[in-house]
Amino acid sequence: MNSPLDSTILFQLGPVPIAQSVVTTWVIMAALVLGAGLLTRRLALLPTKPQAALELFVATLDTQIVETTGANPSPYRAFIGTLFLFILVANWSSLVPGVEPPTAQLETDAALAILVFLSVIWFGVRGGGVGGYLRSFASPNPVMIPLNMLSSVTRVFSMFVRLFGNVMSGVFVIGIVASLAGLLVPIPLMALDLLTGLVQAYIFAVLAMVFITAAVATGTAGATTADPATSPKEKDI
Amino acid sequence: MDYLSLVSIVCAAFTVAFGAIGPALAEGRAVAAAMDAIARQPEAANTISRTLFVGLAMIETTAIYCLVIALLLLFANPLLV
Repeated sequence: MNSPLDSTILFQLGPVPIAQSVVTTWVIMAALVLGAGLLTRRLALLPTKPQAALELFVATLDTQIVETTGANPSPYRAFIGTLFLFILVANWSSLVPGVEPPTAQLETDAALAILVFLSVIWFGVRGGGVGGYLRSFASPNPVMIPLNMLSSVTRVFSMFVRLFGNVMSGVFVIGIVASLAGLLVPIPLMALDLLTGLVQAYIFAVLAMVFITAAVATGTAGATTADPATSPKEKDI
Repeated sequence: MDYLSLVSIVCAAFTVAFGAIGPALAEGRAVAAAMDAIARQPEAANTISRTLFVGLAMIETTAIYCLVIALLLLFANPLLV
């Protein structure tokens, strides 16, 4: 059986080897961009059915962001929504026969986690300035500076390992069961995989949102009041 | 079979087995507490289940770490080349 830590190389582009997950990622990105472009090309005041579905999605996203952070959702909508949609489509792409989800590879998840890490810095600096962001590391008291610096790296690492482990183990288990038991037996596991994919995409987006809000809220020092329901979660991480 | 690879395989099995015990108990307790809370306050079910999902993901991470360690032992063991 192939190692889940290796990636399959499809072809070489000059000196750069192109892995299967890269091709899948680009196909998913093209599908998302094309779909978004087609759906938003003719926006009307009286929405058609696709536009109404899209508006429902964006409204749900906004509600979730407001409930998680208590802040205005407009700066975060694009990043969090794209993150959620991409991970969701990537997780569910395992339903297409012969496609391995790109999130079941270490590299894709590492890239997504690095995006979250950078966006925490970006939104933190934008919210409280460079000084405010740096001050957020000393947030309860200066003794916590090394721990806060460590946690800003490890929490992103744990996001990345969590997404990788969940998606990869789903794919792996389905592979094992299919090789042991035959054609129709893995179907309940695939249904479970759909749920896991949705939950993991949701959790990745919510955690990114929680980290960003924590950086912004402690950076601006009480200028924006975070929802009190989020503070226990931040403590856990 | 080589002694090191034998130890690696046994250790991978034990890692997953014992690593699953703690998160299983913890998730059971978390879900039970959430059920209790929803039964007492059904109108707060949305908030409770959202927090529950995030908390479950946190708890699950420990099991996932064990899985990753087991995979490293089996597929990317630096001692077996």
